[in-house]
Amino acid sequence: MRYVVGFGRFWYDFLVGDSIVLALGGFATLGVGMLLVHFGSHLAAEVALPLMVVATLAASLPLRR
Amino acid sequence: MSGSDLLIVLAAFLASAVEAVEALTIVLAVGLTNGWRTSLLGAAAGSAVLAVVVIALGPALVRIVPIEGLQVLIGALLLIFGLQWVRKAILRATGRKGLHDEAAIFAAEVAALSRGPGVGPDLDWTGFVVSFKGVFLEGLEVAFIVLTFGANRDGAFGLSALGAVAAFVLVASVGAVVHRPLTRVPENTIKFSVGLMLIAFGTFWAGEGIGVEWTLQDWMIPLLAVLYTGVAFGFVRWLKRTGPTAASVRSVSA
Repeated sequence: MRYVVGFGRFWYDFLVGDSIVLALGGFATLGVGMLLVHFGSHLAAEVALPLMVVATLAASLPLRR
Repeated sequence: MSGSDLLIVLAAFLASAVEAVEALTIVLAVGLTNGWRTSLLGAAAGSAVLAVVVIALGPALVRIVPIEGLQVLIGALLLIFGLQWVRKAILRATGRKGLHDEAAIFAAEVAALSRGPGVGPDLDWTGFVVSFKGVFLEGLEVAFIVLTFGANRDGAFGLSALGAVAAFVLVASVGAVVHRPLTRVPENTIKFSVGLMLIAFGTFWAGEGIGVEWTLQDWMIPLLAVLYTGVAFGFVRWLKRTGPTAASVRSVSA
């Protein structure tokens, strides 16, 4: 049981860490990319992926004055 | 060796060298931040699992292993993990998070020691997993290169394997030479750079896995790294200008 809890905690720390925004944003980025590829917008996916990664990082930082 | 044989060796060498450099980057990054024992054990484990898969499946590997699925999984993990490191590095660079949390480091060391025998106190599992995945995925791509190049030459796998082995030896030698000077770089700078590289690799691999056809192919990785570096430095400048507020310090230290 101890190992199962440790295993779960390891992956929680790996994926969520200090900010759940990053995990959610990372998966959302891939979701949007998959949709764009599915509808044939390869170039849009190529542009959207890095932009969404940047937006995810921005959302996790205290950027407001 | 004929001219066309030489071309096969050269093509396999160049393609494998690109993958080997990508694997070396991750192994070096983990070694510098999480310790060389962690990094090399992860790389060795990744190589061992890869060897078992390649020996067990042989040429059928190309048909059986879902490379796109692996790219999505590993890419997503690297992307999220890299984002965590870059966020922390930005907060440290702007004074919103301490450069060293000695109490937390001490607690982690005690926790590692209390796990008992079998887990060394300086083996970091997160670093181990990152190194393992980097070597396994890149090695798998090299195996695909060897098998597909060989299959295109009526099963002449020896020639493409020769190119791949030569690439591995060259890149590993370069890694052995450059790892020592890199250890003199400040810790937060290393973690910042490593996080940015992981995000670049993660975006590229996950994108490939979901079917994105990167226009610049593997050259997209350094381009993404440059883009993310520029953006991260922009965030650092912005945060330094706005200065830490009590609320922001509370929110990032939570």
